[in-house]
Amino acid sequence: MLEALAQNLVYGILIGALYGLAAVGLSLVFGVTKFLNVSHGELLMLGGYASFWLFALWKVDPFISLPAAIIFLLVAGVVFYKLLFGRMVKLAEGDKIQNTLLVGFGLSLILQNLALQFWTADTRSITTAYSGAVFSFAGVRFPLVRVASLVIAFVLIVALQLFLRRTYTGKALRATVENWEAATLMGIDIQRVYLLSFVMGAALAGVAGALVAVGYSIEPAMGMSWTLKSLVVMVLGGLGSITGTFVGGIILGVTESATGFFLSLTYREVVGLVLFLLVLVFRPQGLFGVKEG
Amino acid sequence: MSRTSPEQSRRIQIIFILLLIAILVALPQVIKSDSTINLAVYVLLFVSLASSWNILGGFSGQTNLGHAAFFGAGALTTRMLWLSGWNLFPSLLAGGLVAVALALLIGVPAFRLRGVYFAIGTLALSQILYITVGNMLPMISSLPAQDLAVYQLAPRYYLFLAIALFTIGAGYALINSRLGLGIMAVREEEDAAESLGVSALKHKLVALALSAFFGGLTGGAFAFYHVGYYPQLTFGPEWTFDALMMVYIGGMGTIVGPIIGAVFFVILRELLALNLAEMHLIVFGTLFILVVLFLPGGFMGVWGKISKALARQQ
Repeated sequence: MLEALAQNLVYGILIGALYGLAAVGLSLVFGVTKFLNVSHGELLMLGGYASFWLFALWKVDPFISLPAAIIFLLVAGVVFYKLLFGRMVKLAEGDKIQNTLLVGFGLSLILQNLALQFWTADTRSITTAYSGAVFSFAGVRFPLVRVASLVIAFVLIVALQLFLRRTYTGKALRATVENWEAATLMGIDIQRVYLLSFVMGAALAGVAGALVAVGYSIEPAMGMSWTLKSLVVMVLGGLGSITGTFVGGIILGVTESATGFFLSLTYREVVGLVLFLLVLVFRPQGLFGVKEG
Repeated sequence: MSRTSPEQSRRIQIIFILLLIAILVALPQVIKSDSTINLAVYVLLFVSLASSWNILGGFSGQTNLGHAAFFGAGALTTRMLWLSGWNLFPSLLAGGLVAVALALLIGVPAFRLRGVYFAIGTLALSQILYITVGNMLPMISSLPAQDLAVYQLAPRYYLFLAIALFTIGAGYALINSRLGLGIMAVREEEDAAESLGVSALKHKLVALALSAFFGGLTGGAFAFYHVGYYPQLTFGPEWTFDALMMVYIGGMGTIVGPIIGAVFFVILRELLALNLAEMHLIVFGTLFILVVLFLPGGFMGVWGKISKALARQQ
């Protein structure tokens, strides 16, 4: 009983790290640009398929091909920004959120159905020689690829944190979050900062997608559920806190697996959404966020 | 061409509308092909659904991403009551009212969420219902054999026609009423409306309740129409998203826009579905993005611009 519970907890933490990684991408974009990109889940799907096809066609190891997935999503991010999202930079904040939400929704519909046309509705996953590898500790099983994914997610979060705190460009990004008008006056090129944060968000989604493809499975329709999870985590963690968001992801993962354990597997997703609504209504600044004003 | 006076053009409009209704009433008598009537049923269903979404989304400016919850609640209630032996009309009414009850239950907390949080909050709510209904009612809901034996398409068609006309009529009556003006005032500038004594919360709740009621009625009609489906189907997010796109592409906040959008959507889907499965959604999604980015008024906005330009030339 206790062992089974611990096992559940471990699985929850492992998937939660990917929720966190996906949500950090969404939150970074939203924080800097106030674009609510609801096609974030579809970007994640694209990353998953990039990794899947590299493996299926040319036998490229999914961990080695991570940079390729990143580059693919960086390019896709630039295209989507130049074509669509960049046009909404000058709108007032409320309209900007609303219109990017609508455009993102249209984009998600297009990407999802294109994926369906080209790659069929089949569920796919990457099965490598080491996919079944597991190590045990105190009777709890740790699947190797999922642990590796957690480590990669963690390293990326730390790297992102360092980038935002230590580099000039990172400081420019944070300055834009604080006050974009003052940032402009200090000579920061807002357009470049927006583009940069948007493509970084896309790249993070791409990595998350590739890791989902290797540890779990992908399909064209996965986008909406991942967008919702990212939104849930973003709100749970509170805006503007990278670490808070990552921890929020793990909280969601653990909550889901605990629900699966104590209640029923089928209600895992529902609990996350209920939690989301409760936080929205009672604590809109998030669990770790600071109240504005 | 001589100029038409406002009264004359109004009279032409009324004649045109009556003629259109007469054609729609006569349709099942003239056309005997079931597939055409089924297509017409879907056109009318989406006219109602899009028009009902528009009451909240267009007139009061609250983007509801969970309209499927109302459609589904109406469908589920009507189906259960009707199959358990209730008459059709009380079951339909109950379906609409259950949707309203659900709307009011979520309305007060939901409207504490301003702007985008209302949108994602309603999306989350409808997904909760979608998953929960799928878990609790996993079996297909089929009409019993004795009902199937006497199944007729024409009454279903007329029910959808009536609900479509009722929804459009209610929307028209609403925007010409004091209440409707209040709703639109809240959309334009919430704080200014409040300062003139227009309660924002009350007006939003009225728009939400009306929107939910007609969404629920449409769901009820679907429950009466469909021979066999999984109850989860009616809570699916595509009911919300299709309706939302129809409204935007046709012209948000207008009476005619959702109608044009729905007709266009269903016919496009029919034409493209013959060739490629979900191709229509790619075309429709692209159009939707173009409208959001470049043509905020949709087809109706374009039409307005053209007719203005023509009037200037005369």
